[in-house]
Amino acid sequence: MKRFFPLLSFAGLAVLLFFGLGNADRKQIVPSPLIDRQAPAFQLPVLDQPERLISRDELLGQAYLLNVWASWCPPCRLEHNIVTQLAIDGPLPVYGLNYKDEPDDAQRWLQTLGNPYALILADRTGRTSIDFGVYGAPETFLIDAAGHIRYKFVGPLTAETVEHELLPAIAALDTGQRGSP
Amino acid sequence: MTPTRKRRLITILLVLAGVASAAVVASFALKQNMLYYIHPSEVLAQSLPPERQFRLGGLVVNDSVQRAGDSLAVRFSVTDCSAVIPVSYDGILPDLFREGEAVIAIGSLNADGVFQANEVLAKHDENYMPPEVAETLKTAGPACAESALDR
Amino acid sequence: MTAELGQIALILALIFALVQAFVPLWGAWRGQENMMAIARPAAFGQFCFVAFAFALLTSAFVNQDFSVEYVARNSNSLLPLVYRISAVWGAHEGSLLLWALILSGWTLAVAAGSRHLPQTFAARVLAVMGIISIGFLLFSLLTSNPFSRLLPSPVDGNDLNPLLQDPGLIIHPPMLYMGYVGFSVAFAFSVAALLSGKIDRDWVRWCRPWTHLAWAFLTVGIALGSWWAYYELGWGGWWFWDPVENASFLPWLAGTALIHSQAVTDKRGTFQGWTLLLAICAFSLSLLGTFLVRSGVLTSVHAFASDPTRGLFILAFLGLVTGGALLLYALRAPKTVTGGQFAGWSRETLLLINNLFLTVAAAMVLIGTLYPLLIDALGRGKISVGAPYFGLMFIMLTAPLVLVMPFGPFTRWKQDGLRRVLTRLGLPLLAALSAGGITAIAAPESGLRGIAGVAGGVWLIAGSLVYAFGRIARQRGWQLPRGELAMSLAHIGVGVFVIGVSMTETISTEKHLAMNPGDQADIAGYAFEFRGTEVLRGPNWVADQGHFIVRSGERIVAQLYPQKRHYRAGGDIMTESAIDPGITRDLYISLGEPLDDQGRRWAVRIYHKPFVRWIWLGALLIAFGGLLAATDRRYRRYRRTGAVDAVSDDGTARSLA
Repeated sequence: MKRFFPLLSFAGLAVLLFFGLGNADRKQIVPSPLIDRQAPAFQLPVLDQPERLISRDELLGQAYLLNVWASWCPPCRLEHNIVTQLAIDGPLPVYGLNYKDEPDDAQRWLQTLGNPYALILADRTGRTSIDFGVYGAPETFLIDAAGHIRYKFVGPLTAETVEHELLPAIAALDTGQRGSP
Repeated sequence: MTPTRKRRLITILLVLAGVASAAVVASFALKQNMLYYIHPSEVLAQSLPPERQFRLGGLVVNDSVQRAGDSLAVRFSVTDCSAVIPVSYDGILPDLFREGEAVIAIGSLNADGVFQANEVLAKHDENYMPPEVAETLKTAGPACAESALDR
Repeated sequence: MTAELGQIALILALIFALVQAFVPLWGAWRGQENMMAIARPAAFGQFCFVAFAFALLTSAFVNQDFSVEYVARNSNSLLPLVYRISAVWGAHEGSLLLWALILSGWTLAVAAGSRHLPQTFAARVLAVMGIISIGFLLFSLLTSNPFSRLLPSPVDGNDLNPLLQDPGLIIHPPMLYMGYVGFSVAFAFSVAALLSGKIDRDWVRWCRPWTHLAWAFLTVGIALGSWWAYYELGWGGWWFWDPVENASFLPWLAGTALIHSQAVTDKRGTFQGWTLLLAICAFSLSLLGTFLVRSGVLTSVHAFASDPTRGLFILAFLGLVTGGALLLYALRAPKTVTGGQFAGWSRETLLLINNLFLTVAAAMVLIGTLYPLLIDALGRGKISVGAPYFGLMFIMLTAPLVLVMPFGPFTRWKQDGLRRVLTRLGLPLLAALSAGGITAIAAPESGLRGIAGVAGGVWLIAGSLVYAFGRIARQRGWQLPRGELAMSLAHIGVGVFVIGVSMTETISTEKHLAMNPGDQADIAGYAFEFRGTEVLRGPNWVADQGHFIVRSGERIVAQLYPQKRHYRAGGDIMTESAIDPGITRDLYISLGEPLDDQGRRWAVRIYHKPFVRWIWLGALLIAFGGLLAATDRRYRRYRRTGAVDAVSDDGTARSLA
């Protein structure tokens, strides 16, 4: 069997190259393939309780929104009202992912603007965010009860995107239109 | 276990351990040295961590190149036809750097939203455009190039 | 008519290649001698027609036939003759034709040099090379025809990319392709051995000189490319870990592993499966390099204009050739470990370490090169992998090799004692430590990396010298077998290269300045005075030429004339750097751009690059070693005595798959 190993690795390489070829000519950016996949595993401290670690699997069982933000991020300030609104009126809990931030700066920011988040995970190194495919802040992920990413939005949320994209995506969750694999 | 077999087993284990540690170091080094390609409208839509290095790609806006009189400092703007990012660079621009042409700059954003480039790459020959930039422009629509450039 | 004739010649060459591939293969299968005998004349015919096509394209360039599209795009009536000739391989279509020409040339050489081999084996080797030729000729005819016409034909051409109008670029691609394509010989031997099912060390013995030769060419090709990038791109760098460079470096790493594992298989009969696999890998990586450079899947500052259909063709071809060979390997590779046993400390072990590190290094470079592709395929965005990744991985993987390398030649096959070997390396160790000490005192700014690098380089050089002289002293009549001389030279070359890299990378000085005429800049103990610029006219360009006087104290060291050229036809601007080369340092100036309207004030780059020449000097020594090894008399002896008695000397077990 081990003599098939070179052939199999080559086959994998060829598939990758084939994809690369397709991408070299594609017309538009495809949506993140993380969509409808299991969210990457993580284990992160809670912002105001650094000794308490939360893993992906502890959050299973209920759908939630994960909002990537940071105190150094002006657009996060822009969407803050929308996020707050979502946390109060929305159907799902909103968790924050504090991205590459100083805890003190983050706390100060929350004191000034208010803290809409049910829970804030602190990703100081940015490693978890890279696993999520985050370019920068803000980004918002919708993760279902089984821990699959169902929707991703890049950039500050607006009332319009919430109404026309995010809420329908959440509604689609409930009716189970996109069966979980 | 015969001595030969034992030795072979030890060799294989050592090799596996070596390859595994190389793989770990490699994956770590890869993540450390990964530079994202980001185009101007993405830069505006989001904030990037300060000091986060990335590659900014787009077209050099016409008439945007300004030089400081007494040093090599230069400023120009890069656009993807929907957003414009100012870039500052201290050094010699590549030969094929032109206004209205594709460019890729490597560096990070400063607090004022100016992209501090520490390297500027221009296309290498006439027929070549970095695939990422080409893709950006395709997505933005074909007619945009001229209109956005003539600001 | 030349273009149409060229097209017909290519089609005829394709037909010969088809004959060369399939008739002998069938003959070898059926044991029919007359069919196998067709391989040689077919190879000859194929070569003639490819050479004819190549000559026709060259004549179209020389005679400025702009009705041929490829000529119109890559030449111009002002282009000097020598560049009109090298323009033949200046872009994709012509370089592909050059590739095909070199491939048919290697095939012809193998056809001529394989008369002593068993007929079935030679027929299979030539057939495999024929299959590869079919692929490249089809590629040329179907997707990249250099002979297509442009109607109406333009009055004048577009001009050759000015970057390529340079002596270095005249010989760089042919050398590189000689290496790439040369590995097809080792590949063909390996596949022929697998096809025959009789896998022993014969094929390795027959194949070794070819592998050495190809590897020497590839080394020269890479070194030339690096040297060209150094003086032509005007950045003073010699290696950028650009995907295109990596594409040529990957087969080199695999080839280096291959020549070492071939030595083990040849001398001791072990590593047979591994050697087969490496021979397949070396050529497959050449093909992969071609794919990466020409398909546009990776971003590189110097890729060919990208075209996904071409990429698809090469990928399909790569899948067929490599996939087929690896399938054959999986089915036919030796099932049991054969050959002599060896102890924990023996030359076999050291060469195993060599192979392990070289292979892992190749894998790391491959991963770094393809990682952007993977991330893109996963939709995580467009990324590139920075040079620090490659630098880090490479130092990590080559440092142990440098450490171990001098032990290799001293260590006996089969079994040896570490202590016995160590006693002989006392002198090199002393030399290395003192060289490190001298570096630490003379150039403390070089840091740990520089000091360790110099010590490592001297360790290699001294170790190889002590070995070579030890051998000479034991031999009667001051003779060193050519293979030993070749190995020592190549290892010395590695040492020279390591010293060059360690110094250049750690103590170079680089300054970007704005200078007015009369200004002076002091860099690394040299005073650079800018005297201004003047206008200079060349055959197809106009240049601003700067004049610099470099002084060390009162003494004038050099007068340097860097240029900024404007090529008339394409409107391109090119930097021609001016270099004062030296054994211990290069002084390097390139002009940036004029900073005021009168063109008096200029942006200038000045570099002081210590020991940078050693990098290419080392590479040339390595290549020369490869060339010498290829001409070792031992291989000619195998050739005379043939295959029969070559195996049975020290009771090596034969295996039949």
